[in-house]
Amino acid sequence: MESLGWGQIFFGMALRFLPVWIAIGAVFVVSIRMRRRLGLYGKLFDSGSGMVGLAIVLFWVFTAIFADLIITHDPLGQVSGMKNALPGTPMPDGTNPYLLGGDNLARDVFSRMVMGARRVLAIAPAATAFAFMVGITLGLAAGYRGGFFDIAQTFLANLVLAFPVILLFYLLVTPAIRDSWIVTSLAAVLFAFPIVFFVLLWNSRYRTDARKRALSIGLTLAIGGWVYSGLAFNADPTGIFRMDPNLLNVFVSVVFVNAPTVFRIVRSLTLDLKTREYVAAAQTRGEGAWYIMLWEILPNARGPLIVDFCLRIGYTTILLGTLGFFGLGVSPESPDWGSTINEGRRLLALFPHPAIVPALSLMSLVLGLNLLADGLREESLRD
Amino acid sequence: MLRFLLGRVAVTVLTALCLTFAIFALTNLKPNLVKLAKTEAETRMSDEEVERWIERNGYARPVLLRYGEWLGVMPGWEGGGTAAIPPRCKRAVPDGAEIPSYCGVIQGYFGFSTTFKADVSAIIGRALGLTGWLMLWVLVVMIPISLLMGVLAGMREGSRLDRTLSTIAIATTATPEYVSGVVLIVVLASATLGVSPILAELGLIETKTLFMGTATSAMDNITFWNFALPVTTIALYGTGYIARMTRASMAEVMTAQYIRTARLKGLSFRAVVLRHALRNALIAPFTVIMLQFTWLLNGVVIVETLFNYKGFGWTIVQGAGNNDIELLMGCSVVAVVVVLATQLISDVGYAMLNPRIRVS
Repeated sequence: MESLGWGQIFFGMALRFLPVWIAIGAVFVVSIRMRRRLGLYGKLFDSGSGMVGLAIVLFWVFTAIFADLIITHDPLGQVSGMKNALPGTPMPDGTNPYLLGGDNLARDVFSRMVMGARRVLAIAPAATAFAFMVGITLGLAAGYRGGFFDIAQTFLANLVLAFPVILLFYLLVTPAIRDSWIVTSLAAVLFAFPIVFFVLLWNSRYRTDARKRALSIGLTLAIGGWVYSGLAFNADPTGIFRMDPNLLNVFVSVVFVNAPTVFRIVRSLTLDLKTREYVAAAQTRGEGAWYIMLWEILPNARGPLIVDFCLRIGYTTILLGTLGFFGLGVSPESPDWGSTINEGRRLLALFPHPAIVPALSLMSLVLGLNLLADGLREESLRD
Repeated sequence: MLRFLLGRVAVTVLTALCLTFAIFALTNLKPNLVKLAKTEAETRMSDEEVERWIERNGYARPVLLRYGEWLGVMPGWEGGGTAAIPPRCKRAVPDGAEIPSYCGVIQGYFGFSTTFKADVSAIIGRALGLTGWLMLWVLVVMIPISLLMGVLAGMREGSRLDRTLSTIAIATTATPEYVSGVVLIVVLASATLGVSPILAELGLIETKTLFMGTATSAMDNITFWNFALPVTTIALYGTGYIARMTRASMAEVMTAQYIRTARLKGLSFRAVVLRHALRNALIAPFTVIMLQFTWLLNGVVIVETLFNYKGFGWTIVQGAGNNDIELLMGCSVVAVVVVLATQLISDVGYAMLNPRIRVS
């Protein structure tokens, strides 16, 4: 079997991505049909760049989901004779070519790129969500209450923001620190915020309904505590929720870096919204402070927050890539995009394909998220 | 104004103290000290030998005390010297001079780098000089281009020009330095791919590649061919962001009442943009550019590593990789001072530029 030409390579890749195309098509058909009933998400289909962004993001999401179906080879498998193979080179036995060539350890670049998507999309959105929980809970309280609490919080947030990010990563995300008390205690604090957030949310909502209140808070504490014990302390008795120490380290650092920016955004939104009439009305009705924050202010701040959430997932992806680029917090075998770029750059002038493929993948994902955020912003400003 | 400034400076100093202490504490965590011991003495030391090394070199004493020594509010440690590397305070002064009892940052002594075996201030001074050139060219390229892009896009919101420029801006913010650097090297500085082989075949360039893939030679002599790629790589990421901020600010100004008045007065569009809109539209980007310095530091670290340019970013990576405590502390002082100073300047500058804000 001869090496494939570029046309065949693209056709081959398009074929491998078949499940992704079908899934994207299905999402688009259903969404466009129902777009008048889907609120802000539905309006996205009125904006060209928003649709392009959504398509790119969906492409990577479905690639991550269907990664096992898409890959052509084992992403960690090394095949002798395929070292730095050019795109389209067939295997030594003449079959099943490396669509995008081999890297310097003779692994399939295409399969590693696909598996890298799974790794990035497993961390970035979740880490961003945690950062939002921390930022929202603290930002609402600081903006609404003001006073000493606000001053102390703002000082701490500015402190973290002034910390050179790369230095922080170098000091926190090393194998030696991984097992120390710092990461565990940071995880213990940061991972508690979602539980605190939901307990406050239900408690303020069902203040007058003792049964619903007990039920919702009990459920939150039970499920939250279960997940929490697994993620933060690796102490989940059933073993379903656990995090590899390396991953926990990366995750905690990324949440830690992102949370202060979210805090600042939420705080300034709260400062603006708390002067509105509906807040005054709720205060006159005698609602509690957390009810006003979580059920009056937060829903009205959702527009800018959703937009920032999309942007921030992209930013987190870039941060994860930076970590990989400096070889921090990832095992050398890991197919994530940042470390693949780092490995590939040593032979960049001779064999660019191992570095270019993950570089363009990362760029397209972040571009998709930025376009999506832009589309959402435009559509949310329209009314 | 004076009280406002003094308050800000006080908060800034407090922040700097907290940050440097946090970094000091992190570099002095047990695992990091073990790493230091192994790189300094021998990789295959037993655990007891590591303990003894840490003890002998004074790293086992309380962190707060040693931070005080580093800062210069505690008397310097007198133990732990060897013939080659005398105790801290003896190193701080030239040979033969009287040895002071306090020798910290306050006294102007930044310590000794265990990686480079040289004074931290000398290393950082040289590195900052190199990075200064990089930053200068980045700013020279980035600021005019991004402001122009933003103003052109924002003056007619929704036009085709606006859409094109906005898309370009979004694309550049989606391209981190390690991506654009790799792409630029492949396209412009590879002997086998991109434009260089074509140009070489046509006889248009004498060297093998159009641009140089490393910036090492730029440390002695900056030329367009060895410096353009690193500068473009850093500038690209920031350009889009500043352009988008400028565009938003410009678009907002263009809808203001006084712009409408100027148009109704019969002034040309050009005159309205240049004389009435521009100055007010550039207030917000000023803050953004100032705060951009923090991100530039990230870019500098990545680009200097990628292009092997031995400036400040490269020094941070070397120091962090070897847990070189005093070098890292010196670097973080510089980084923190830059970040906090730009924050201060942006706040003060914003208040000065914007006539609507008066600090009482």
